[in-house]
Amino acid sequence: MKLTLKIWRQENAKATGKMVSYPIDGIEGDMSFLEMLDVLNEELVAKGEDPVEFDHDCREGICGTCSLQINGEPHGPDRLITTCQLHMRKFNDGDTIVIEPFRANAFPVVKDLIVDRSAFDRIQQAGGYVSVNTSGNTIDANSIPVNKHDADDSFAAATCIGCGACVAACKNASAMLFTSAKVSQYALLPQGQVEATDRVMNMVRQMDLEGFGNCTNTGACEIECPKGISLENIARMNREYLSASTKG
Amino acid sequence: MSILESKIPEGPLKDKWTKHKNDINLVNPANKRNIDIIIVGTGLAGGAAAATLAELGYNVKTFCYQDSPRRAHSIAAQGGINASKNYQGDGDSDYRLFYDTVKGGDYRSREANVYRLAEVSGNIIDQCVAQGVPFAREYGGYLDNRSFGGVLVSRTFYAKGQTGQQLLLGAYSAMNRQINRGKIQSFNRHEMMDLVLVDGKARGIIARDMVTGELERHSAHAVVLASGGYGNVFFLSTNAMGSNVMAAWRAHRRGAYFANPCYTQIHPTCIPVTGDHQSKLTLMSESLRNDGRIWVPKKKEDAIAIREGKKKPTELSEEERDYYLERRYPSFGNLVPRDVASRAAKERCDAGFGVNKTGQAVYLDFASAIKRYGKEAAFTSGHKNPSEAEIIKLGKEVVESKYGNLFQMYEKITDQNPYETPMMIYPAVHYTMGGLWVDYNLQTTIPGCYAAGEANFSDHGANRLGASALMQGLADGYFVLPYTIGDYLSKDIRTGKIPTDSPEFEATEKEVKDKIDRLMNAGGKHSVDTYHKKLGKIMWEKCGMARNEQGLREAIEEIKALREDFWKNVKVTGSATAKNAELEKAGRVADFLELGELFAKDALHRNESCGGHFREEYQTEEGEALRDDENFRYVAAWEYKGEPSDAALHKEELIFNNIELKTRSYK
Ligand SMILES: Cc1cc2nc3c(=O)[nH]c(=O)nc-3n(C[C@H](O)[C@H](O)[C@H](O)COP(=O)(O)OP(=O)(O)OC[C@H]3O[C@@H](n4cnc5c(N)ncnc54)[C@H](O)[C@@H]3O)c2cc1C
Ligand code: SF4
Ligand code: FES
Repeated sequence: MKLTLKIWRQENAKATGKMVSYPIDGIEGDMSFLEMLDVLNEELVAKGEDPVEFDHDCREGICGTCSLQINGEPHGPDRLITTCQLHMRKFNDGDTIVIEPFRANAFPVVKDLIVDRSAFDRIQQAGGYVSVNTSGNTIDANSIPVNKHDADDSFAAATCIGCGACVAACKNASAMLFTSAKVSQYALLPQGQVEATDRVMNMVRQMDLEGFGNCTNTGACEIECPKGISLENIARMNREYLSASTKG
Repeated sequence: MSILESKIPEGPLKDKWTKHKNDINLVNPANKRNIDIIIVGTGLAGGAAAATLAELGYNVKTFCYQDSPRRAHSIAAQGGINASKNYQGDGDSDYRLFYDTVKGGDYRSREANVYRLAEVSGNIIDQCVAQGVPFAREYGGYLDNRSFGGVLVSRTFYAKGQTGQQLLLGAYSAMNRQINRGKIQSFNRHEMMDLVLVDGKARGIIARDMVTGELERHSAHAVVLASGGYGNVFFLSTNAMGSNVMAAWRAHRRGAYFANPCYTQIHPTCIPVTGDHQSKLTLMSESLRNDGRIWVPKKKEDAIAIREGKKKPTELSEEERDYYLERRYPSFGNLVPRDVASRAAKERCDAGFGVNKTGQAVYLDFASAIKRYGKEAAFTSGHKNPSEAEIIKLGKEVVESKYGNLFQMYEKITDQNPYETPMMIYPAVHYTMGGLWVDYNLQTTIPGCYAAGEANFSDHGANRLGASALMQGLADGYFVLPYTIGDYLSKDIRTGKIPTDSPEFEATEKEVKDKIDRLMNAGGKHSVDTYHKKLGKIMWEKCGMARNEQGLREAIEEIKALREDFWKNVKVTGSATAKNAELEKAGRVADFLELGELFAKDALHRNESCGGHFREEYQTEEGEALRDDENFRYVAAWEYKGEPSDAALHKEELIFNNIELKTRSYK
């Protein structure tokens, strides 16, 4: 396959960036999208040019490090996968592919396609945990049975990989899907219910402080989320928030 | 040759840890506030240690190279975590978990460490459930279990195919609680470049801020290395792209002995290599061997026809298939340990029965599991006379609920639907049992420098059993280090803050800077990846699933030559004072080029086969590993002496008082 890549290049957080065009040849369908970028980078290095910086680590869709807005879609055209799981067989010979970083005020660009998603960490630090000491002196794991459906739903919410695609997909750059996934995971388990009120208030407060936008229920986040995190989580968080607010 | 002091406590096996905990010194809460601890790595081992030590009151700094602690490669673990809870009532116990682990490791691990691991395993599950880790449950609301290789009980706890993710997010949440209290400072996108020793003790690190390129000095009273495994010395592995040996290797260069580098686990069920562009390999969890059956065609003609695309696997009848694991190992069948399963796959493929284009793949087939589950599901839903189509539909649903995400991963990579046609799999480098030598307290041979998780060598001998790495990482971090490190730090309560303007910090920082300058200014001919791929090829061909003396000697020479060429001709673009992925890779590959040689040297010196270390010269008539307990029942701990070829061997003899040494048999 022969392709034209249009890639966002930006020296660092302070520099102004621009789109740069790169022709590329010899791409096979079995290559992953990131392996295609590896090929480009090897060519750039051979020419003595600065390779394109992008975030990646596990390359199997679980660490949440990779990002990329590909032809306007976070994680590209395929559904329920991350960029590192996208394969070139989804593209055709002669295609032009536009590659940009995830865009959001709360995710400033670090370099080229890399953005700073530490706002997500700070939302979790505000309350994304159960306040239990790690001494192991807790009760036996089987002493509180948990309804299987609740446990499964809690697990489904907990599979969020913190990639930020939901924010990049949203016209308001809202972080509701991400935040609600954590709130839901705990809300559905007996272990999480003790602190439910404080948790939701603190996490939402931090989310707002970080400069994420409001949710207007367009649902783009759910469509682009590589882990299929459901909008129901947002509804659940709104209920939790409402009941927390009325508690005072 | 010196004898390594393993500091195993006296007394009966099952009392050692309790007694040790009672005997060791404690630091009072007020003094803990004046003590700093650095933890390199935020995976299960580092994350758990950071949370617990901060909770106890120490000031903790964590470091990781990813942009968030939550992305450490523990996140990728799929299948599960072991614990001797015996919830299934199938005869499990601490002793049985201990026994299985020592036997699975081919009698090359330390009894006392493994027993402690088994002893605290149950507590890990209690802890994680209390933290809100959503493990899989049965309809009654209680925790579910599955089986892993090399054992006859069902003791593996899991969260679908994302167990590592859920456990790591649990540890990360515990870290977040402490970050929120100001007890942990987390330095992300920071790489440890070197260890700083003051008066022979580990007192800090030099780290590079990967965004600005700035070198930073961080001091502490103790340093914990929980930096993961070194499988990427093979270039292709199931590790993350950034997984590296830098932290451990720099400590090794400063005096920490490196133990058993040649013990590497090659995992039997990974997606096969497709071409030269390949950047990593993807694991298909061992849990799949609960339900998947492994086979190749019985007749070579069929294998050839399949390779040429003239036949489909589903066209072969039962009689035309060779379920070679069930044939060779009737009692463990598809659930033999990993080293055994990998070698058996290689044997069949080398003999010409491989089933993909390259001839390097075997089938992992779910057809019979789909039928079995389908029937069961039909029956329990009151459907006593289901049609074949109904059975298959229901069966697929059950299989999806168990392994859905793995099947999806497989399909995305290979473009084939594993519900309809068997998966193709082949062994790949996965885990490293070797690592920094540690004593019972997890202290390396440098006072004040500890190693935890995959970075140390301690619990898995020559072969790790499935679902035991997560257990070990969390045991080290939550339950072992918090005690043992206190014993060491109790002598440091009057030391006060360690200054970073000392000559030691100065000199170490300068060495780091010089090394970076050398990399930036080398000859500029070949990219870093060129060297990494070459190294990987040597390692895979000569230090991989089967090794022999001649190949290992060649590997040593070839790696040495490659290393010299690297320092002369590597090309690193960009600047050292900015984000620079090429420079990051170069630093890591430089260390792999040294480790690789020591690896081959270790494999060459060990004239026996054990676990993952298979020397062709030492095998039984049936092709099984042939140990030599008389001459090699020891841990090989290597001391750095400049060039890897000069490394000095120290032996820690392994003593087995509670287990009888036997030839491992899974027949
Ligand atoms: C695909 C896969 C599946 C697996 N499945 C299972 C399973 O089902 N069950 C099981 O028990 N085991 C499994 N394992 C093994 C297990 O996941 C690992 O052995 C274990 O998670 C390692 O944990 P760790 O904390 O030691 O290291 P890691 O989780 O690898 O963490 C290493 C940390 O060190 C940091 N680091 C490394 N170098 C530096 C440096 N120089 N400077 C700063 N930071 C650094 C990294 O940023 C990271 O935070 C699997 C492994 C893989 C690869
Ligand atoms: S909710 Fe989905 S898109 Fe958003 S961070 Fe989590 S996994 Fe990514
Ligand atoms: S690199 Fe880990 S999810 Fe893509």
